[in-house]
Amino acid sequence: MIEGLLRELAPQVVGVLVRRYGGFDTCEDAVQEALLAAAVQWPRDGVPDNPKAWLITTASRRRIELWRRDSARQRREEAVYALAPPDPDPAPAVDDTLTLLLLCCHPELTRPSQVALTLRAVGGLTTAEIARAYLVPESTIGQRISRAKQRVKGAAFSLPPEDERPSRIAAVRQVLYLIFTEGHTASAGAEVGRVELTAEAIRLARQLHALLPDDGEVTGLLALMLLTDARRPARVGPGGTTVPLAEQDRSLWDSGAIAEGASLIAHALATAPVGPYQLQAAIAAVHDEAPTAAETDWPQILLLYDLLCQVAPGPMVTLNRLVALAEVSGPAAALAELDALEPSGHYRADVVRAHLLEQSGDRAGAGEYYAKAAQRTLSAPEQRYLESRALRCLSGKP
Amino acid sequence: MKYLVLIYGNPASRSAWAGMSDEQKAAGLRAYVEFNEELDASGERIVSERLAAPELTKQVIVREDRVSTTDGPFAEIKEQLAGVYLLECETQERALEIAARIPEAPYATIEVRPVMGLTGDVGFEL
Repeated sequence: MIEGLLRELAPQVVGVLVRRYGGFDTCEDAVQEALLAAAVQWPRDGVPDNPKAWLITTASRRRIELWRRDSARQRREEAVYALAPPDPDPAPAVDDTLTLLLLCCHPELTRPSQVALTLRAVGGLTTAEIARAYLVPESTIGQRISRAKQRVKGAAFSLPPEDERPSRIAAVRQVLYLIFTEGHTASAGAEVGRVELTAEAIRLARQLHALLPDDGEVTGLLALMLLTDARRPARVGPGGTTVPLAEQDRSLWDSGAIAEGASLIAHALATAPVGPYQLQAAIAAVHDEAPTAAETDWPQILLLYDLLCQVAPGPMVTLNRLVALAEVSGPAAALAELDALEPSGHYRADVVRAHLLEQSGDRAGAGEYYAKAAQRTLSAPEQRYLESRALRCLSGKP
Repeated sequence: MKYLVLIYGNPASRSAWAGMSDEQKAAGLRAYVEFNEELDASGERIVSERLAAPELTKQVIVREDRVSTTDGPFAEIKEQLAGVYLLECETQERALEIAARIPEAPYATIEVRPVMGLTGDVGFEL
C-alpha cells in the first residue's frame, strides 16, 4: 500500500526539511515533488529499505534545485552544509506533525485555504486529488495552496506559545471536521477516483489524537467521525438516495468502528472537560448502540442536546434538539417550541417542521414543508431526499 | 462554494458600449483583463465568458421529437445575458463583493446564484 505509506510519511518529511532548512514554502513544494517521484518509481523498482530517508534525500535535492532556480533571481548564497541531506531520524519528530498541522491551520488563513493546505502538506494529497475531491479546477486549489503558503511564509516552524494553543488546536479540529463532513455528505454523489475525504479526515484525526491523547475534544472528534462513518454502508440506498437514520439496515453498520468510537467517547467523557465534539459523539453513540430505531434512548439524547445547547448554542443544535424532544414528549410539544422560536429563515427549520408534522399525522402539511425545503437546499443529494419525502407524504403512500 | 454570476445588458448599456470610442472600449476590456487576473491570483475564477450579441441567439425548440430553431433576439426581453462568471468563493458575501466590482456593473443588472453541490449538513439525518 504505497499510497498509504507516502501519506503517512509526508508530514514527517516536511517537518524534517523545514526544521533543517526553514522556508516552509519551498520545502513543501520539494516534498510534494519527492512524493510524486516515489509514486512513479516505487511501484516499478520496489520500495526502498528506508523509505523516509529516500524521501528526505530526494526532497532535499529537489529543494536545492528549486532554491537555485529561485536564487538565480535573488543572488543569494547558500551555506555548504545545506547541500547534505538531513539525518532521516532527528530526535523530536513527534512534534513536527503537530507543528505542521497548526501552521496549516494558521489564523491568518481562510478556512478553505486551511483545508487545502492541510490535505496537501499533512495529508500528502496532490493538488489534483484535492481538486477532484472538491470538484473544483486544479488551478483553483493550486492558487489557494500557493497563496496560503505565501501568507504563512514568515511564521516560525515551532509550536505556538501555551496561551495560544487551545484556540489554534480548536482550528485544527474544525478543519478536520470540515474535511470529514465534506466527504460524508458527498458520499451519495461520490464519483470514481475521488479521494475518500472521510477516510482522510479519520486518518488525520487519529494522528492528532496520538499527538494529543489527553485533549477530550480531539478524542470526541475522532469518536464522532468513527461513529458517524460506521453508518455509511446503510446511508445510501438504491439510486444514490439518502436513507434516513430510522430506516437504515443496522446490520450493515460497521460494528468495529462503533465499538472503537464508543470506547473513545466513554474515556473522554470520564477524563476531560466536556465540549461540543464529545457531546455530538455521545449522541451518535446512543444512536449507534440502539439495536433498532424503536429502541433508541431518546431521553438520553434529549439530555445531551440540552447540554449541547448550553455548551455550544446555535440554530442547528436548537432544531436538532426539537427532533429529540418530539420523540420524548410528542410532536405537538416540539411544534409549539418551533413556533415560539425566532424564525431563522433557514431551510432546515422547514425540514424539521415537515418531520414534526409528519409525526403528528398531518401528511399534507408535511409534504408542503418538505417540498419547500427541497427548493432551498444547496445539496443535490439532500434535495432528492427531501423531494422523495414530499412525494411520499403528498401521495398518501405509507 | 460555487456561484454563477450573470451579467445582463439592457438597451441603454448596449448603446453606451456602442457609443464608446476605441480607446474607451480598449480601456473597458483592459479593466476586465485586470479584474480576471486578480480573480485568478486568488483562485476564485473558475471560468468567465463574454457572450456575442443578442442578435446571434438561436432558440432550440424540441417538441414531440421534432427539433426546430428560431433566430433571436427576442424582442419582449429587454435585458439580455451579456456575460457570465463561475466563481469559487468562501462565502456568499465574497461572491457579492466580486460581482459588485464587475466593470460593467454600473450599467448592467447583475445576478448571483448559488450552484448546487453534493454536500449538506452532516449532523442531521432524519
